[in-house]
Amino acid sequence: MSVTVIKPGMLSSFQDRGREGYQHQGIPAAGAMDERAHRLANALAGNAGDPATLEMTLTGPTLRFDAPACFALAGADLGATLNGQDIPLHRPLVARAGDTLAFGAKPAVGVRGYLAVHGGFALPAVMESETTYLRSGFGGFQGRALVKGDQVPLRAALAADRDLDALQKDLWNLRVYLPGSLGNKRREFIRFLPGMHWQEFSEATRHAFGGAEFRISPQSDRMGYRLLGPALSMSQPRQMLSEAACFGTVQVPSGGEAIILMADRQTTGGYPKIAQIATVDLPVLAQYAPGQTLRFQLIELDEAQRLDGERERAFNQLHQALEPLRGLLAQN
Amino acid sequence: MNVISDPPSSAETSWRILPQGDRCLIISFGDQIDASVGKTCLAAARKLRDAQLPGVTDVVPSFVAVAVHYRPDGLGNGPTYAGLAERIEALLADGIPADASGGREVDIPVCYGGEHGPDLADVAQAAGLTPEDVIQLHSQPRSMVFMLGFAPGHAYLGVHDEKLNIPRRPSPRTAVPIGAVAVANRQTVIYPNRLPGGWNIIGATPLTMFDPAREPAALLQPGDSVRFVPISPEEFDRIKGGQL
Repeated sequence: MSVTVIKPGMLSSFQDRGREGYQHQGIPAAGAMDERAHRLANALAGNAGDPATLEMTLTGPTLRFDAPACFALAGADLGATLNGQDIPLHRPLVARAGDTLAFGAKPAVGVRGYLAVHGGFALPAVMESETTYLRSGFGGFQGRALVKGDQVPLRAALAADRDLDALQKDLWNLRVYLPGSLGNKRREFIRFLPGMHWQEFSEATRHAFGGAEFRISPQSDRMGYRLLGPALSMSQPRQMLSEAACFGTVQVPSGGEAIILMADRQTTGGYPKIAQIATVDLPVLAQYAPGQTLRFQLIELDEAQRLDGERERAFNQLHQALEPLRGLLAQN
Repeated sequence: MNVISDPPSSAETSWRILPQGDRCLIISFGDQIDASVGKTCLAAARKLRDAQLPGVTDVVPSFVAVAVHYRPDGLGNGPTYAGLAERIEALLADGIPADASGGREVDIPVCYGGEHGPDLADVAQAAGLTPEDVIQLHSQPRSMVFMLGFAPGHAYLGVHDEKLNIPRRPSPRTAVPIGAVAVANRQTVIYPNRLPGGWNIIGATPLTMFDPAREPAALLQPGDSVRFVPISPEEFDRIKGGQL
Protein backbone atom coordinates (compact mmCIF):
# COMPACT_ATOMS: atom_id res chain seq x y z
CA MET A 1 0.00 0.00 0.00
CA SER A 2 2.46 2.60 -1.15
CA VAL A 3 3.82 4.73 -3.94
CA THR A 4 7.40 4.07 -5.08
CA VAL A 5 9.57 6.90 -6.37
CA ILE A 6 11.20 5.91 -9.66
CA LYS A 7 12.50 9.44 -10.31
CA PRO A 8 12.16 12.17 -7.69
CA GLY A 9 11.74 15.20 -9.99
CA MET A 10 13.35 18.55 -9.27
CA LEU A 11 11.83 19.21 -5.84
CA SER A 12 8.93 17.08 -4.68
CA SER A 13 7.86 17.48 -1.06
CA PHE A 14 4.72 16.84 0.94
CA GLN A 15 2.84 19.97 2.00
CA ASP A 16 -0.45 20.72 3.70
CA ARG A 17 -1.94 24.07 4.64
CA GLY A 18 0.98 24.72 6.96
CA ARG A 19 2.04 24.21 10.53
CA GLU A 20 -0.18 26.46 12.59
CA GLY A 21 0.20 27.49 16.21
CA TYR A 22 3.98 27.18 16.59
CA GLN A 23 5.30 30.39 15.10
CA HIS A 24 6.00 31.82 18.57
CA GLN A 25 8.60 29.06 18.91
CA GLY A 26 10.26 30.27 15.73
CA ILE A 27 8.81 27.38 13.76
CA PRO A 28 7.91 28.43 10.21
CA ALA A 29 4.41 27.65 8.97
CA ALA A 30 5.73 26.27 5.66
CA GLY A 31 2.87 24.57 3.76
CA ALA A 32 1.88 24.51 0.10
CA MET A 33 3.13 27.41 -2.02
CA ASP A 34 -0.11 27.32 -4.01
CA GLU A 35 -2.55 26.54 -1.23
CA ARG A 36 -5.49 26.88 -3.57
CA ALA A 37 -4.19 24.10 -5.86
CA HIS A 38 -3.24 21.92 -2.88
CA ARG A 39 -6.78 22.15 -1.48
CA LEU A 40 -8.32 21.65 -4.89
CA ALA A 41 -6.32 18.46 -5.47
CA ASN A 42 -7.44 17.17 -2.08
CA ALA A 43 -11.08 18.00 -2.70
CA LEU A 44 -11.01 16.30 -6.12
CA ALA A 45 -9.42 13.18 -4.64
CA GLY A 46 -12.40 12.98 -2.31
CA ASN A 47 -10.63 14.15 0.82
CA ALA A 48 -12.62 16.18 3.32
CA GLY A 49 -9.74 17.17 5.59
CA ASP A 50 -6.31 18.53 4.82
CA PRO A 51 -3.90 15.63 4.32
CA ALA A 52 -0.58 16.59 2.73
CA THR A 53 -0.37 16.54 -1.06
CA LEU A 54 2.83 16.10 -3.06
CA GLU A 55 4.05 19.50 -4.23
CA MET A 56 6.01 18.94 -7.45
CA THR A 57 8.23 21.64 -8.92
CA LEU A 58 8.65 22.15 -12.68
CA THR A 59 10.13 18.72 -13.43
CA GLY A 60 7.68 16.31 -11.89
CA PRO A 61 8.59 12.90 -10.49
CA THR A 62 7.94 9.42 -11.87
CA LEU A 63 5.94 7.36 -9.41
CA ARG A 64 4.67 3.79 -9.36
CA PHE A 65 1.47 2.91 -7.54
CA ASP A 66 1.94 -0.36 -5.66
CA ALA A 67 -1.75 -0.48 -4.75
CA PRO A 68 -4.93 0.79 -6.44
CA ALA A 69 -5.71 4.39 -5.53
CA CYS A 70 -7.83 7.36 -6.47
CA PHE A 71 -5.80 10.48 -7.15
CA ALA A 72 -6.18 14.00 -8.53
CA LEU A 73 -3.86 16.68 -9.89
CA ALA A 74 -4.13 20.45 -9.59
CA GLY A 75 -1.97 23.54 -9.95
CA ALA A 76 0.59 23.78 -12.74
CA ASP A 77 0.15 21.57 -15.78
CA LEU A 78 3.39 19.57 -15.66
CA GLY A 79 2.44 17.24 -18.51
CA ALA A 80 1.10 14.29 -16.52
CA THR A 81 0.74 10.80 -17.99
CA LEU A 82 -0.50 7.53 -16.55
CA ASN A 83 1.21 4.58 -18.23
CA GLY A 84 2.18 6.95 -21.05
CA GLN A 85 -1.35 8.28 -21.66
CA ASP A 86 -2.04 11.99 -21.10
CA ILE A 87 -4.27 12.61 -18.09
CA PRO A 88 -6.16 15.75 -17.18
CA LEU A 89 -5.88 18.10 -14.21
CA HIS A 90 -8.84 18.65 -11.92
CA ARG A 91 -10.38 15.15 -12.22
CA PRO A 92 -10.56 12.23 -9.80
CA LEU A 93 -8.65 9.39 -11.50
CA VAL A 94 -7.99 5.74 -10.78
CA ALA A 95 -4.57 4.13 -10.66
CA ARG A 96 -4.12 0.35 -10.58
CA ALA A 97 -1.33 -1.47 -8.79
CA GLY A 98 1.72 -1.21 -11.05
CA ASP A 99 0.58 1.93 -12.86
CA THR A 100 3.23 4.60 -13.51
CA LEU A 101 2.46 8.28 -13.07
CA ALA A 102 4.98 10.44 -14.88
CA PHE A 103 5.34 14.10 -15.83
CA GLY A 104 7.05 16.12 -18.51
CA ALA A 105 5.19 14.85 -21.58
CA LYS A 106 4.84 18.51 -22.61
CA PRO A 107 6.33 21.82 -21.43
CA ALA A 108 5.14 22.90 -18.03
CA VAL A 109 2.58 25.68 -17.68
CA GLY A 110 3.26 27.17 -14.26
CA VAL A 111 5.76 25.93 -11.74
CA ARG A 112 4.11 23.84 -9.05
CA GLY A 113 1.75 20.90 -9.43
CA TYR A 114 -0.05 19.04 -6.64
CA LEU A 115 -0.83 15.35 -6.39
CA ALA A 116 -3.45 14.25 -3.88
CA VAL A 117 -4.44 10.64 -3.19
CA HIS A 118 -7.74 9.64 -1.63
CA GLY A 119 -7.20 9.11 2.10
CA GLY A 120 -3.87 10.90 1.99
CA PHE A 121 -0.30 9.65 2.23
CA ALA A 122 0.47 7.95 5.55
CA LEU A 123 2.80 10.55 7.02
CA PRO A 124 3.39 11.13 10.72
CA ALA A 125 2.19 14.49 12.02
CA VAL A 126 4.95 16.63 13.49
CA MET A 127 3.54 19.41 15.63
CA GLU A 128 0.07 18.65 14.27
CA SER A 129 1.02 19.01 10.62
CA GLU A 130 2.22 16.77 7.78
CA THR A 131 3.99 19.61 6.03
CA THR A 132 7.71 19.31 5.25
CA TYR A 133 9.97 22.06 6.54
CA LEU A 134 12.93 21.37 4.27
CA ARG A 135 15.39 23.80 5.85
CA SER A 136 15.30 22.13 9.26
CA GLY A 137 14.52 18.67 7.94
CA PHE A 138 11.34 17.70 9.72
CA GLY A 139 7.75 16.88 8.82
CA GLY A 140 6.42 15.29 5.65
CA PHE A 141 8.33 12.22 4.43
CA GLN A 142 11.48 11.99 6.57
CA GLY A 143 11.77 15.77 6.61
CA ARG A 144 13.05 16.01 3.07
CA ALA A 145 12.25 16.11 -0.62
CA LEU A 146 11.66 12.74 -2.29
CA VAL A 147 14.61 10.72 -3.53
CA LYS A 148 14.74 7.73 -5.85
CA GLY A 149 13.59 4.52 -4.20
CA ASP A 150 11.42 6.14 -1.52
CA GLN A 151 8.30 4.16 -0.71
CA VAL A 152 5.58 6.43 0.59
CA PRO A 153 2.74 4.51 2.23
CA LEU A 154 -0.89 5.33 1.51
CA ARG A 155 -3.35 5.74 4.34
CA ALA A 156 -6.31 4.21 2.50
CA ALA A 157 -5.64 2.48 -0.79
CA LEU A 158 -8.71 1.20 -2.65
CA ALA A 159 -9.83 -2.28 -1.63
CA ALA A 160 -8.10 -5.01 -3.66
CA ASP A 161 -11.39 -6.61 -4.71
CA ARG A 162 -12.92 -3.37 -5.90
CA ASP A 163 -14.21 -3.23 -9.48
CA LEU A 164 -11.84 -0.52 -10.71
CA ASP A 165 -13.37 -0.34 -14.19
CA ALA A 166 -16.77 0.43 -12.71
CA LEU A 167 -15.29 2.95 -10.29
CA GLN A 168 -13.38 4.69 -13.06
CA LYS A 169 -16.56 4.90 -15.13
CA ASP A 170 -18.54 6.30 -12.20
CA LEU A 171 -15.83 8.85 -11.48
CA TRP A 172 -15.68 9.83 -15.12
CA ASN A 173 -19.45 10.38 -15.20
CA LEU A 174 -19.34 12.68 -12.18
CA ARG A 175 -19.88 16.27 -13.20
CA VAL A 176 -17.39 18.47 -11.40
CA TYR A 177 -18.21 22.14 -11.53
CA LEU A 178 -15.17 24.19 -10.62
CA PRO A 179 -15.99 27.67 -9.26
CA GLY A 180 -14.06 30.30 -11.22
CA SER A 181 -12.13 31.56 -8.21
CA LEU A 182 -10.56 28.11 -7.75
CA GLY A 183 -9.14 27.57 -11.25
CA ASN A 184 -5.67 28.33 -12.65
CA LYS A 185 -6.27 31.91 -13.61
CA ARG A 186 -3.52 34.21 -14.80
CA ARG A 187 -3.52 37.81 -13.65
CA GLU A 188 -1.91 40.84 -15.18
CA PHE A 189 -1.37 42.40 -11.75
CA ILE A 190 -0.57 40.97 -8.36
CA ARG A 191 -2.61 42.88 -5.81
CA PHE A 192 -1.03 44.20 -2.63
CA LEU A 193 -1.84 46.06 0.55
CA PRO A 194 0.41 48.75 1.98
CA GLY A 195 3.02 47.26 4.32
CA MET A 196 3.75 48.41 7.88
CA HIS A 197 6.36 50.87 6.62
CA TRP A 198 4.74 51.88 3.31
CA GLN A 199 4.53 55.54 4.34
CA GLU A 200 8.22 55.57 5.26
CA PHE A 201 9.29 54.76 1.71
CA SER A 202 9.99 57.68 -0.61
CA GLU A 203 7.20 58.88 -2.85
CA ALA A 204 9.15 57.80 -5.94
CA THR A 205 9.56 54.34 -4.46
CA ARG A 206 5.88 53.98 -3.62
CA HIS A 207 5.04 55.12 -7.12
CA ALA A 208 7.51 52.64 -8.65
CA PHE A 209 6.24 49.74 -6.56
CA GLY A 210 2.68 50.40 -7.65
CA GLY A 211 3.43 50.56 -11.35
CA ALA A 212 6.84 49.41 -12.50
CA GLU A 213 7.71 46.01 -13.88
CA PHE A 214 9.64 43.59 -11.69
CA ARG A 215 11.40 40.40 -12.66
CA ILE A 216 11.58 37.34 -10.42
CA SER A 217 15.24 36.64 -9.73
CA PRO A 218 16.71 33.16 -10.24
CA GLN A 219 17.60 33.36 -6.52
CA SER A 220 14.04 32.55 -5.57
CA ASP A 221 12.74 29.53 -3.72
CA ARG A 222 10.06 28.36 -1.30
CA MET A 223 11.42 30.78 1.31
CA GLY A 224 11.27 33.94 -0.77
CA TYR A 225 11.10 35.52 -4.21
CA ARG A 226 13.70 38.18 -4.90
CA LEU A 227 12.53 40.95 -7.20
CA LEU A 228 14.68 42.68 -9.78
CA GLY A 229 13.45 46.15 -10.74
CA PRO A 230 13.74 49.77 -9.72
CA ALA A 231 15.71 50.24 -6.47
CA LEU A 232 13.39 50.86 -3.52
CA SER A 233 14.40 53.19 -0.71
CA MET A 234 13.02 54.72 2.45
CA SER A 235 12.83 58.49 2.90
CA GLN A 236 14.89 58.10 6.09
CA PRO A 237 16.61 54.71 6.37
CA ARG A 238 16.41 53.28 9.87
CA GLN A 239 17.05 50.06 11.77
CA MET A 240 14.01 47.96 12.63
CA LEU A 241 13.39 45.50 15.41
CA SER A 242 12.46 42.03 14.25
CA GLU A 243 8.75 41.34 14.24
CA ALA A 244 6.41 38.79 12.77
CA ALA A 245 6.38 38.19 9.03
CA CYS A 246 3.66 36.60 6.89
CA PHE A 247 3.31 34.68 3.65
CA GLY A 248 3.39 37.52 1.13
CA THR A 249 5.18 40.12 3.25
CA VAL A 250 7.41 42.21 0.99
CA GLN A 251 10.62 43.24 2.76
CA VAL A 252 13.20 45.67 1.44
CA PRO A 253 16.76 45.21 2.75
CA SER A 254 19.04 48.25 2.51
CA GLY A 255 20.31 47.13 -0.91
CA GLY A 256 16.91 48.16 -2.31
CA GLU A 257 15.86 44.82 -3.82
CA ALA A 258 12.53 43.61 -2.51
CA ILE A 259 12.00 40.07 -1.24
CA ILE A 260 8.51 38.55 -1.08
CA LEU A 261 8.40 36.07 1.78
CA MET A 262 6.80 32.81 0.65
CA ALA A 263 5.66 29.57 2.31
CA ASP A 264 8.97 28.63 3.99
CA ARG A 265 9.51 32.17 5.30
CA GLN A 266 11.11 32.73 8.68
CA THR A 267 8.62 33.61 11.43
CA THR A 268 10.11 37.04 12.07
CA GLY A 269 12.03 39.55 10.02
CA GLY A 270 13.87 42.77 10.71
CA TYR A 271 13.70 44.58 7.36
CA PRO A 272 11.25 47.34 6.50
CA LYS A 273 8.01 46.06 5.01
CA ILE A 274 6.82 47.94 1.98
CA ALA A 275 3.83 45.77 1.09
CA GLN A 276 1.79 42.68 1.77
CA ILE A 277 0.52 40.61 -1.13
CA ALA A 278 -3.24 40.01 -0.97
CA THR A 279 -3.85 36.39 0.11
CA VAL A 280 -6.16 35.79 -2.84
CA ASP A 281 -3.25 36.39 -5.27
CA LEU A 282 -0.57 34.33 -3.49
CA PRO A 283 -1.42 31.18 -5.50
CA VAL A 284 -0.90 33.12 -8.73
CA LEU A 285 2.45 34.38 -7.47
CA ALA A 286 3.44 30.85 -6.41
CA GLN A 287 3.13 29.75 -10.05
CA TYR A 288 5.54 32.42 -11.35
CA ALA A 289 8.87 31.07 -12.55
CA PRO A 290 12.22 32.83 -12.08
CA GLY A 291 12.76 35.22 -14.99
CA GLN A 292 9.08 36.05 -15.40
CA THR A 293 7.97 39.65 -14.99
CA LEU A 294 5.07 41.00 -12.97
CA ARG A 295 3.42 44.22 -11.85
CA PHE A 296 1.73 45.13 -8.62
CA GLN A 297 -1.54 46.91 -8.00
CA LEU A 298 -2.89 48.39 -4.78
CA ILE A 299 -6.05 46.90 -3.30
CA GLU A 300 -8.13 47.99 -0.31
CA LEU A 301 -8.13 45.80 2.79
CA ASP A 302 -11.91 45.30 2.73
CA GLU A 303 -11.77 44.18 -0.88
CA ALA A 304 -8.85 41.80 -0.22
CA GLN A 305 -10.76 40.23 2.67
CA ARG A 306 -13.93 40.00 0.60
CA LEU A 307 -12.09 38.13 -2.18
CA ASP A 308 -10.36 35.87 0.35
CA GLY A 309 -13.70 35.03 1.96
CA GLU A 310 -15.28 34.45 -1.44
CA ARG A 311 -12.64 31.82 -2.22
CA GLU A 312 -13.34 30.10 1.10
CA ARG A 313 -17.04 30.00 0.24
CA ALA A 314 -16.20 28.56 -3.17
CA PHE A 315 -14.23 25.77 -1.50
CA ASN A 316 -17.14 25.13 0.80
CA GLN A 317 -19.52 24.88 -2.17
CA LEU A 318 -17.12 22.59 -4.00
CA HIS A 319 -16.90 20.26 -1.01
CA GLN A 320 -20.68 20.10 -0.81
CA ALA A 321 -20.91 19.41 -4.54
CA LEU A 322 -18.35 16.59 -4.22
CA GLU A 323 -20.41 14.68 -1.67
CA PRO A 324 -21.27 12.01 -4.32
CA LEU A 325 -17.55 11.56 -5.04
CA ARG A 326 -16.75 10.93 -1.40
CA GLY A 327 -19.73 8.57 -1.31
CA LEU A 328 -18.39 6.55 -4.24
CA LEU A 329 -14.94 6.26 -2.72
CA ALA A 330 -16.29 5.34 0.70
CA GLN A 331 -17.85 2.14 -0.73
CA ASN A 332 -14.75 0.18 0.00
CA MET B 1 21.39 44.50 37.37
CA ASN B 2 17.96 42.94 37.34
CA VAL B 3 16.51 43.20 33.84
CA ILE B 4 13.25 41.50 34.72
CA SER B 5 11.06 44.36 35.82
CA ASP B 6 7.72 44.35 37.58
CA PRO B 7 4.65 43.06 35.80
CA PRO B 8 3.08 45.57 33.47
CA SER B 9 -0.15 47.28 34.37
CA SER B 10 -2.66 48.25 31.73
CA ALA B 11 -3.12 51.68 33.24
CA GLU B 12 0.21 52.84 31.87
CA THR B 13 0.28 50.62 28.79
CA SER B 14 -0.71 51.91 25.40
CA TRP B 15 -0.80 50.12 22.07
CA ARG B 16 -1.60 50.57 18.43
CA ILE B 17 -3.27 47.93 16.25
CA LEU B 18 -2.46 47.90 12.54
CA PRO B 19 -3.25 45.44 9.73
CA GLN B 20 -0.39 43.49 8.17
CA GLY B 21 -2.20 42.45 5.04
CA ASP B 22 -5.52 40.60 5.09
CA ARG B 23 -4.63 37.72 7.43
CA CYS B 24 -2.51 39.23 10.18
CA LEU B 25 -2.58 42.23 12.48
CA ILE B 26 0.15 43.67 14.62
CA ILE B 27 -0.30 45.18 18.05
CA SER B 28 2.56 47.56 18.72
CA PHE B 29 3.50 48.40 22.33
CA GLY B 30 6.50 50.65 21.72
CA ASP B 31 9.57 51.06 19.57
CA GLN B 32 12.53 50.56 21.92
CA ILE B 33 13.90 47.31 23.32
CA ASP B 34 13.03 47.29 26.97
CA ALA B 35 12.40 44.43 29.40
CA SER B 36 9.11 45.85 30.62
CA VAL B 37 7.76 46.36 27.08
CA GLY B 38 8.96 42.85 26.28
CA LYS B 39 7.06 41.47 29.27
CA THR B 40 3.95 43.38 28.21
CA CYS B 41 4.16 41.76 24.77
CA LEU B 42 4.46 38.29 26.31
CA ALA B 43 1.59 38.91 28.73
CA ALA B 44 -0.63 40.28 25.97
CA ALA B 45 0.25 37.33 23.74
CA ARG B 46 -0.64 34.91 26.55
CA LYS B 47 -3.96 36.64 27.12
CA LEU B 48 -4.82 36.59 23.42
CA ARG B 49 -3.83 32.94 23.08
CA ASP B 50 -5.92 31.98 26.11
CA ALA B 51 -8.91 33.86 24.64
CA GLN B 52 -8.91 31.38 21.71
CA LEU B 53 -10.43 33.88 19.32
CA PRO B 54 -12.13 32.11 16.40
CA GLY B 55 -9.99 31.97 13.26
CA VAL B 56 -6.78 32.96 15.06
CA THR B 57 -3.98 30.52 14.23
CA ASP B 58 -0.77 32.01 15.66
CA VAL B 59 0.02 34.67 18.25
CA VAL B 60 3.63 35.75 17.88
CA PRO B 61 5.24 38.10 20.38
CA SER B 62 8.41 39.97 19.43
CA PHE B 63 10.44 42.74 21.14
CA VAL B 64 7.82 45.48 21.05
CA ALA B 65 4.84 43.95 19.28
CA VAL B 66 2.48 41.00 19.09
CA ALA B 67 1.32 39.60 15.76
CA VAL B 68 -2.02 37.82 15.45
CA HIS B 69 -2.35 35.56 12.38
CA TYR B 70 -5.88 34.59 11.37
CA ARG B 71 -7.82 32.82 8.62
CA PRO B 72 -11.35 33.11 7.31
CA ASP B 73 -13.38 30.03 8.21
CA GLY B 74 -14.53 27.45 5.69
CA LEU B 75 -17.74 29.35 5.12
CA GLY B 76 -15.94 32.49 4.07
CA ASN B 77 -16.96 34.27 7.23
CA GLY B 78 -14.68 34.32 10.22
CA PRO B 79 -12.59 37.21 11.39
CA THR B 80 -12.01 40.38 9.45
CA TYR B 81 -9.42 42.93 10.43
CA ALA B 82 -11.99 45.39 11.73
CA GLY B 83 -13.86 42.82 13.79
CA LEU B 84 -10.76 41.19 15.23
CA ALA B 85 -9.08 44.52 16.04
CA GLU B 86 -12.20 45.53 17.97
CA ARG B 87 -12.23 42.31 19.99
CA ILE B 88 -8.53 42.58 20.75
CA GLU B 89 -8.88 46.21 21.74
CA ALA B 90 -11.60 45.26 24.23
CA LEU B 91 -9.60 42.32 25.60
CA LEU B 92 -6.49 44.42 26.16
CA ALA B 93 -8.42 47.37 27.61
CA ASP B 94 -9.81 44.93 30.15
CA GLY B 95 -6.27 44.54 31.50
CA ILE B 96 -3.10 42.64 30.66
CA PRO B 97 -2.34 40.38 33.61
CA ALA B 98 1.24 39.45 34.39
CA ASP B 99 2.30 36.22 32.74
CA ALA B 100 2.11 33.90 35.75
CA SER B 101 2.85 30.69 33.90
CA GLY B 102 5.88 31.95 31.98
CA GLY B 103 9.23 33.00 33.27
CA ARG B 104 10.86 29.66 34.08
CA GLU B 105 14.43 29.99 35.34
CA VAL B 106 16.79 28.16 33.01
CA ASP B 107 20.56 27.69 33.26
CA ILE B 108 22.41 27.61 29.95
CA PRO B 109 25.99 26.35 30.24
CA VAL B 110 28.33 28.29 27.96
CA CYS B 111 31.94 27.62 27.08
CA TYR B 112 33.29 31.13 26.44
CA GLY B 113 36.19 32.02 24.16
CA GLY B 114 38.67 29.74 22.45
CA GLU B 115 37.41 27.72 19.53
CA HIS B 116 33.84 27.98 20.85
CA GLY B 117 33.91 31.79 21.02
CA PRO B 118 36.13 33.11 18.23
CA ASP B 119 34.88 36.70 18.56
CA LEU B 120 35.30 37.08 22.34
CA ALA B 121 38.57 39.03 22.02
CA ASP B 122 37.09 41.36 19.38
CA VAL B 123 34.05 42.04 21.53
CA ALA B 124 36.25 42.76 24.55
CA GLN B 125 38.36 45.13 22.54
CA ALA B 126 35.36 46.93 21.06
CA ALA B 127 33.88 47.30 24.54
CA GLY B 128 37.18 48.42 26.10
CA LEU B 129 37.09 45.47 28.49
CA THR B 130 39.01 42.27 29.16
CA PRO B 131 37.51 38.99 27.89
CA GLU B 132 36.94 38.04 31.56
CA ASP B 133 34.92 41.26 32.06
CA VAL B 134 32.77 40.41 29.04
CA ILE B 135 32.11 36.91 30.38
CA GLN B 136 31.16 38.36 33.75
CA LEU B 137 28.85 41.01 32.27
CA HIS B 138 27.24 38.35 30.12
CA SER B 139 26.84 35.62 32.73
CA GLN B 140 26.21 37.46 35.99
CA PRO B 141 22.78 39.04 35.50
CA ARG B 142 19.81 37.07 34.33
CA SER B 143 18.66 37.58 30.77
CA MET B 144 15.13 37.42 29.48
CA VAL B 145 14.04 35.49 26.40
CA PHE B 146 12.23 38.18 24.39
CA MET B 147 11.25 36.07 21.44
CA LEU B 148 11.96 33.07 19.29
CA GLY B 149 12.26 33.85 15.62
CA PHE B 150 14.33 33.64 12.44
CA ALA B 151 14.63 29.84 12.74
CA PRO B 152 13.01 27.10 14.87
CA GLY B 153 13.95 27.59 18.51
CA HIS B 154 16.23 30.55 17.72
CA ALA B 155 16.13 32.63 20.93
CA TYR B 156 16.74 36.35 21.33
CA LEU B 157 17.80 37.35 24.87
CA GLY B 158 18.68 40.56 26.65
CA VAL B 159 18.89 43.29 27.59
CA HIS B 160 22.62 43.24 28.44
CA ASP B 161 24.74 45.93 30.05
CA GLU B 162 25.25 49.02 27.89
CA LYS B 163 28.92 48.14 27.61
CA LEU B 164 27.83 45.20 25.45
CA ASN B 165 26.22 47.49 22.91
CA ILE B 166 28.43 46.13 20.15
CA PRO B 167 27.30 46.22 16.51
CA ARG B 168 27.05 43.09 14.39
CA ARG B 169 30.08 42.01 12.40
CA PRO B 170 30.51 43.93 9.14
CA SER B 171 30.19 40.78 7.08
CA PRO B 172 28.07 37.87 8.28
CA ARG B 173 29.38 34.32 8.41
CA THR B 174 27.68 31.99 5.95
CA ALA B 175 27.47 29.26 8.59
CA VAL B 176 27.51 29.69 12.35
CA PRO B 177 27.91 26.40 14.24
CA ILE B 178 25.08 24.80 16.24
CA GLY B 179 24.92 26.10 19.80
CA ALA B 180 26.87 29.31 19.12
CA VAL B 181 26.16 32.04 21.69
CA ALA B 182 26.53 35.40 20.00
CA VAL B 183 26.04 39.02 21.03
CA ALA B 184 25.20 42.33 19.35
CA ASN B 185 23.33 45.49 20.34
CA ARG B 186 22.93 44.43 24.01
CA GLN B 187 21.31 41.16 22.94
CA THR B 188 22.28 37.51 22.70
CA VAL B 189 21.15 34.91 20.22
CA ILE B 190 21.70 31.18 20.54
CA TYR B 191 21.90 29.35 17.22
CA PRO B 192 19.81 26.15 17.34
CA ASN B 193 21.12 25.05 13.98
CA ARG B 194 23.87 25.67 11.49
CA LEU B 195 22.72 29.02 10.11
CA PRO B 196 24.14 32.13 8.51
CA GLY B 197 24.69 34.95 11.01
CA GLY B 198 26.46 38.24 11.60
CA TRP B 199 26.45 38.32 15.40
CA ASN B 200 29.66 38.17 17.45
CA ILE B 201 30.24 34.63 18.69
CA ILE B 202 31.56 34.72 22.25
CA GLY B 203 30.88 31.10 23.22
CA ALA B 204 28.82 27.99 22.66
CA THR B 205 26.36 25.89 24.64
CA PRO B 206 26.43 22.09 24.46
CA LEU B 207 22.65 21.94 24.98
CA THR B 208 20.29 21.00 22.13
CA MET B 209 18.24 24.15 21.64
CA PHE B 210 15.73 22.65 19.21
CA ASP B 211 14.55 19.09 18.63
CA PRO B 212 11.32 18.57 16.67
CA ALA B 213 10.81 15.24 18.45
CA ARG B 214 10.81 16.92 21.86
CA GLU B 215 7.76 18.54 23.50
CA PRO B 216 8.12 21.47 23.43
CA ALA B 217 10.60 21.33 20.59
CA ALA B 218 12.33 24.57 21.64
CA LEU B 219 14.40 24.46 24.84
CA LEU B 220 13.75 28.12 25.63
CA GLN B 221 10.35 29.80 25.58
CA PRO B 222 9.59 33.51 25.40
CA GLY B 223 9.56 34.92 28.93
CA ASP B 224 12.10 32.46 30.35
CA SER B 225 14.75 33.94 32.61
CA VAL B 226 18.18 32.63 31.68
CA ARG B 227 21.49 32.49 33.51
CA PHE B 228 24.52 31.76 31.36
CA VAL B 229 26.81 29.48 33.37
CA PRO B 230 30.47 29.53 32.28
CA ILE B 231 31.89 26.04 31.72
CA SER B 232 35.24 24.65 30.57
CA PRO B 233 35.85 23.03 27.18
CA GLU B 234 36.04 19.66 28.99
CA GLU B 235 32.64 20.20 30.56
CA PHE B 236 31.30 21.25 27.16
CA ASP B 237 32.45 17.96 25.63
CA ARG B 238 31.15 15.97 28.59
CA ILE B 239 27.63 17.54 28.43
CA LYS B 240 27.53 17.33 24.66
CA GLY B 241 28.58 13.67 24.75
CA GLY B 242 26.06 12.89 27.49
CA GLN B 243 23.17 14.06 25.33
CA LEU B 244 23.90 11.68 22.50
